[in-house]
Amino acid sequence: MTLRRTGPLRVYPLPALALTSSLAILMFLGGCRDRSERAPLDDALATDALASEVKDIEGSISIDGSSTVAPISTAAAEAFEKEFRNVRVTVAISGTGGGFGRFALGETDISDASRPIKPDELAVCRENGVRFVELPIAYDGLSIVVNKENNFVDSLTIDQLKMIFLEEGGAKTWQDVNPDWPDTEIKIYAPGTDSGTFDYFFGDVVAKNEEMEHPRDDMSVSEDDNNLVNGVAGEKGAIGFFGASYYFTNQDKIKAVKIVNPETGEAVAPTSETIEDGSYAPFGRPLFLYINVASLKRPEVKQFLKFYLANAGNLAEQVNYVALTDEIYERGTEHVENRLAGVHFLNETMEKQTGTLSELYRTDNLVGAE
Amino acid sequence: MSFLREDPMPSAMIPGPSAEPPRASESQHRSLSRRHRIDRLFVYFCMFTAFASIVILAVLLGSILYAGLPGMNWQFLRSAPSSVASEAGIQPAMFGSIWVCGVCGLFALPIGVATAVFLEEFPARGKFARMFQSFVQLNISNLASVPSVVYGMLGLTVFAGMFGLTGSAHQPIFEVGADHYHQFLSEGDRILRVPVPDRQAAATVVKSPMTALTSAGASVEVNVIGPRELLPKSPELRAVTLRTDAESGIISDKAWYYFRFPFGRGVLTGGLTLMLVVLPVVIIAAQEALRGVPESLREASLGIGATRWQTVQNVTLPCAIPGIMTGSILAMSRAIGEAAPILIICGIIYVGSSPANLMDDFSVMPLQIFNWASQPQQEFHAVAAQGIIVLLGILLSFNAIAVFIRQTTQKSLS
Repeated sequence: MTLRRTGPLRVYPLPALALTSSLAILMFLGGCRDRSERAPLDDALATDALASEVKDIEGSISIDGSSTVAPISTAAAEAFEKEFRNVRVTVAISGTGGGFGRFALGETDISDASRPIKPDELAVCRENGVRFVELPIAYDGLSIVVNKENNFVDSLTIDQLKMIFLEEGGAKTWQDVNPDWPDTEIKIYAPGTDSGTFDYFFGDVVAKNEEMEHPRDDMSVSEDDNNLVNGVAGEKGAIGFFGASYYFTNQDKIKAVKIVNPETGEAVAPTSETIEDGSYAPFGRPLFLYINVASLKRPEVKQFLKFYLANAGNLAEQVNYVALTDEIYERGTEHVENRLAGVHFLNETMEKQTGTLSELYRTDNLVGAE
Repeated sequence: MSFLREDPMPSAMIPGPSAEPPRASESQHRSLSRRHRIDRLFVYFCMFTAFASIVILAVLLGSILYAGLPGMNWQFLRSAPSSVASEAGIQPAMFGSIWVCGVCGLFALPIGVATAVFLEEFPARGKFARMFQSFVQLNISNLASVPSVVYGMLGLTVFAGMFGLTGSAHQPIFEVGADHYHQFLSEGDRILRVPVPDRQAAATVVKSPMTALTSAGASVEVNVIGPRELLPKSPELRAVTLRTDAESGIISDKAWYYFRFPFGRGVLTGGLTLMLVVLPVVIIAAQEALRGVPESLREASLGIGATRWQTVQNVTLPCAIPGIMTGSILAMSRAIGEAAPILIICGIIYVGSSPANLMDDFSVMPLQIFNWASQPQQEFHAVAAQGIIVLLGILLSFNAIAVFIRQTTQKSLS
């Protein structure tokens, strides 16, 4: 091999670079979007110089937080972007705590939360001068259902649920749970282990103690809640659980079990009312948005929240949550419009307040966030 | 030495010249046939394992294709993710992946190759230089085995936040390529924009006289009225009317070269973090390739008076390109499939459009697929399979290009 022969090879380190840079150009071309999309709006302007331009406003909105709330926010973002084409909404999922971490530094405009803000998170917000509006948007309800022909089970306590659903509970037949009940075998239908419903049912209520309590491993598991409905509907001894909205749409096929509220001792059936007023405990929880007041000044954020509030009920049900009552949405609208910053679930001394959403979420219960 | 190990036929066994006892020869014969049996068994074992991995791959690919192909269409490549499975698309994540890997390649390949050349072709002379080189070498070997999620955290701290020392992405200390405006909505629902010098500019106070830009870009005189004054009747006047208590929000028109410091959680941060992940792979592969270049070529080049750099430029590097390309294939394949560091940097995120500059928010395909696969609805699992098909397609075409370059360069070397 002579140097002359290697001469033409000299260019070869370059193709790699040339390739990557041409790739970059390609990507850039693919990435250009805004200009072409805005063109029709300019045309519209020429023809009708006085039409409303509300839907042409520009800007970007960043949302972060709970994975439970994210489906509603994503659905809202998606629908909003279809109408407001120049606004870019990003919805990240860092979990409620992670979302608040960024929100308190002013990095995000809106924080999704599946629980009210905690005192320490509020303290960081205050330190950084972040004031926010607290806004409930939906209920996450969970229904425990049995077969229509099951006429012996009317209500269950949390302890009975533990007997049925836990490895440690050991109930194989209904008689094991209550001696008055027949010895029909219990067949369990549960959502997939990576669903939020599974996490909530076991992690937050039935198997809170992770070391001592384990979900049974002989459950029929399906990621599709409709399979669960059919499974429970087809077997007399079956029991299952899933999002309350699936029960509402399948009331003709299955029967919901009343759950004994551990605090009041009353057996409560899952209905929109009982989930909403908090008496269907502990299987109902409100979901929240926290909105930075400084961001609320921006026209695009204002429009987004207007849109979100107007559609929250539908969006929530579309992704299988329970809508709040119109009254709560009206109060929420009032809070957003008047920028009533502060918390409702903590009192002046930063202790947790207990009560139902409609009791606590009132303007006269607002504790200022300054 | 009585027989050759490679000899396949026991009958071809040649007794050693030294007179060995026949008993020993017999036992040798037996052990030989036994060893050949083991040999055959091992060949079968190898064939089985090779076949098994092919079968597993085929089953995986088959099930993905079976689940994903029926729903595959161009719409999937062109639309944004959606909460309705039939409308979900991969476009933002696909372009996000391409952007991030492009950035990663642009930085990782030159830096990696340069480092390898430095370590292999410029052996240090002094004591300290030698120590430095062996320190670098040691670090590279160690970095190659660091889990990628650690790089994610590093990237988040260093690139996204610059240790929190110099402002944040929302209040960058340096910005170029963005025009900032305060956006008002007039009483006639028209957009009025007031240019402001920077992001930190104090809120624009509405007071007469005031000019603003319409959405078409024309400069107009704003009709300022008090918060309680009556609105003008004419729609033309209403369109340019603002009350003194009107509020504006900051918006930024960003050019394609938009750049800010610190970078924030954008494409550049993602790309640079992936660069850290793949850099050791690139360097080690490039070093191996350079070591494979015969010493005689270097000597010949140096011998006719070429300098060290000329030798690298004209002889060593061109000869090593095939090996370097192989390493780059591996590195870029890893980068495009990497989810963990990106998960740390931008989380699972809904983004409705592709990135338009290096600072834009983005999502990548592996994360989008992960998100779909964890959805409770069955339809989304099919969408995830479609996503995997697209990811595989892009991965294979990346590789095809690299293989093509390797083949062409190899030919001219022979």
